[in-house]
Amino acid sequence: MRSCHMRDLGRMGFGEAYALQREIVELRKQGKSADRILFVEHPHVITMGRNGHAENVLAAPEILARAGIEFHHTDRGGDVTYHGPGQVVAYPILDLREWRRDVGAFVRGLEQVVIGTLDDFGIAGGRLPGCTGVWVAGAKVCAIGVHLSRWVTSHGLALNVGADLGYFRYIIPCGLTRPVTSMKELGVSAARADVIARMAEHFRRVFEYAAPVSPDSRPGEGSLVNRIPVETLA
Amino acid sequence: MTDVVMPQMGESIVEGTLTKWLKKVGDRVERDEPLFEISTDKVDSEIPAPATGVLSEVLVEEGATVSINTVVARIGESAGAAAPAPRPAAAPPPAPEPIQTAPAPPPPAAKPAPAPAPVPVAAEEPQGPLSPLVRRMAREYGIDLTQVRGTGAGGRITKADVEAYMAAQGARTVAAAAPSMPAPVAPPAPVAAAEAAPVEKPGPAKTRVEPMSVMRSKIADHMVFSKQTSAHVTTVHRVDVTKIAKLREKIKSQFQERYGFPLTFLSFFARAAAEALHSFPIINASIEGRNIIFHNEINIGIAVALEGGAGLIVPVIRNADERNIVGMQRAIVDLAGRARAKQLKPDEVQGGTFSITNFGSFGSIFATPVINQPQVAILGVGAVEKMPVVIDDAIAIRSMSHLALTFDHRLIDGALADQFCQKVKSILENWSDPVL
Repeated sequence: MRSCHMRDLGRMGFGEAYALQREIVELRKQGKSADRILFVEHPHVITMGRNGHAENVLAAPEILARAGIEFHHTDRGGDVTYHGPGQVVAYPILDLREWRRDVGAFVRGLEQVVIGTLDDFGIAGGRLPGCTGVWVAGAKVCAIGVHLSRWVTSHGLALNVGADLGYFRYIIPCGLTRPVTSMKELGVSAARADVIARMAEHFRRVFEYAAPVSPDSRPGEGSLVNRIPVETLA
Repeated sequence: MTDVVMPQMGESIVEGTLTKWLKKVGDRVERDEPLFEISTDKVDSEIPAPATGVLSEVLVEEGATVSINTVVARIGESAGAAAPAPRPAAAPPPAPEPIQTAPAPPPPAAKPAPAPAPVPVAAEEPQGPLSPLVRRMAREYGIDLTQVRGTGAGGRITKADVEAYMAAQGARTVAAAAPSMPAPVAPPAPVAAAEAAPVEKPGPAKTRVEPMSVMRSKIADHMVFSKQTSAHVTTVHRVDVTKIAKLREKIKSQFQERYGFPLTFLSFFARAAAEALHSFPIINASIEGRNIIFHNEINIGIAVALEGGAGLIVPVIRNADERNIVGMQRAIVDLAGRARAKQLKPDEVQGGTFSITNFGSFGSIFATPVINQPQVAILGVGAVEKMPVVIDDAIAIRSMSHLALTFDHRLIDGALADQFCQKVKSILENWSDPVL
């Protein structure tokens, strides 16, 4: 039976979380790990997808550095995006060979998870044809970018809960000149833990796990995963 | 030889963009080792090699988007590139059954040997898979590929072949269009050869293809978007700037000395526009759905042409109405300088509520500028020139300029646009603010 472990990493630097993801991806590919979802909140960071255009970062590196913003190139899909405090970032590491084997369905599924979560908080989010992500009244509330290696997913989605949207001015998010928004700007002050709990439930429903998404169990010795405290969100 | 195909990544996904080759032609690859990366709808995927061997051919360039099951590369069995014995045993990665599952393109039907001497006449269908680039060129330029001689591996048609063909066709078209002309520029002995072997002689290319820079393609999109969004109308008013010209003439060296930058007409126009915008707030507005957004700040964008036709950027002077001539000039010099040096901060090109473009500095009398969305008007300033003008039935020599206001007729009526221009004109003609 397919099962999925989840864990809230709390605040963690992008680089560290990236290394962790890669380790879990390797374990998943070798069949040594179940599907997992990591929730995390990054300090200010701008990341560039493999197909990113440098022009979409509007500020010079010195300016970013002065503003305390890290910069990383990554191997996810999509263009440039920003992560920071007040954002719930979710990294699902799933083997899609066990679920539909379809990247289109996976991305639509991620959108559905967020649309369901927003709905729980009374926000009507939706899709914009041709513009992956979740949108509310023409503004982007959730960005999506995924990497796939042998059908194992990494990276994922970033939902603006109470993020300071001012930081988006340093970039053209995903290369689109459309506004961004947050749950807070839409009038909803939600606690991070509540958002994650709702999101986990929608993950379970959308990606068809039989049991509620469970807290993580510990992998082998020497794993980066062991350095992270076990969360007990279920 | 094993064909490597663009894999099917999902039901709704019909094509993918090849973003990166992780191996080069001639590299040894192991089965299941990542060979290339593709991008589909915000998902980047590593695609493993379907077989062990040597990457003998790469058929799709990085950046190209091709439909699923397109052959993107071939893996040969030994180090000898372009292995001489083509065996059709292709096993596309997802298919468990080896041969002819279904949609995979038919393997290039037993080619007539490695073909060291390319058979000249190619009357049949163009052989071998066509690269997406070649296919696109054929589509765009309406080329019958059966007429193009391929010089690539196995007689495949390459981009250079298509270009050579186009050049030859172009030469023929030109020749046909002007048959009686003795071709003054033509090289010494060409003519007859063209008749005998029409397609053979490539001749120099008539065109050069170059992808747009990101800035250029954004400008292109923005311009068309603006034209599709607003109902553009341009009204032109003549303005007598003699008084300002005299003032400027009198103080310009002193100004330069004191502030370290020159005093230009543009500051006066910007100052006058800012003042007039106060009286006509609807010119300083934008449209959102069925709402009119009035902006309480007057933030004037100044269009700056980048050197060498590299593009156009519109840095914004915030609260332009609060600046005197010195402050305005300082802002213009600073923003234009940093725009050209690509040193602008992101928020310095955002938040404009009105724009000015100074085509007069390039000698234009007047033009019909395109509105900078989501604004509703843009003022074009023409060249300042001395010309004869009738004043009280006498001819006088005056310094004249033209104001061209393009406005969005959805929101602004012609009469109002003209009143605004008259206001700007009146401020300029009756200039009274001291500058120094």
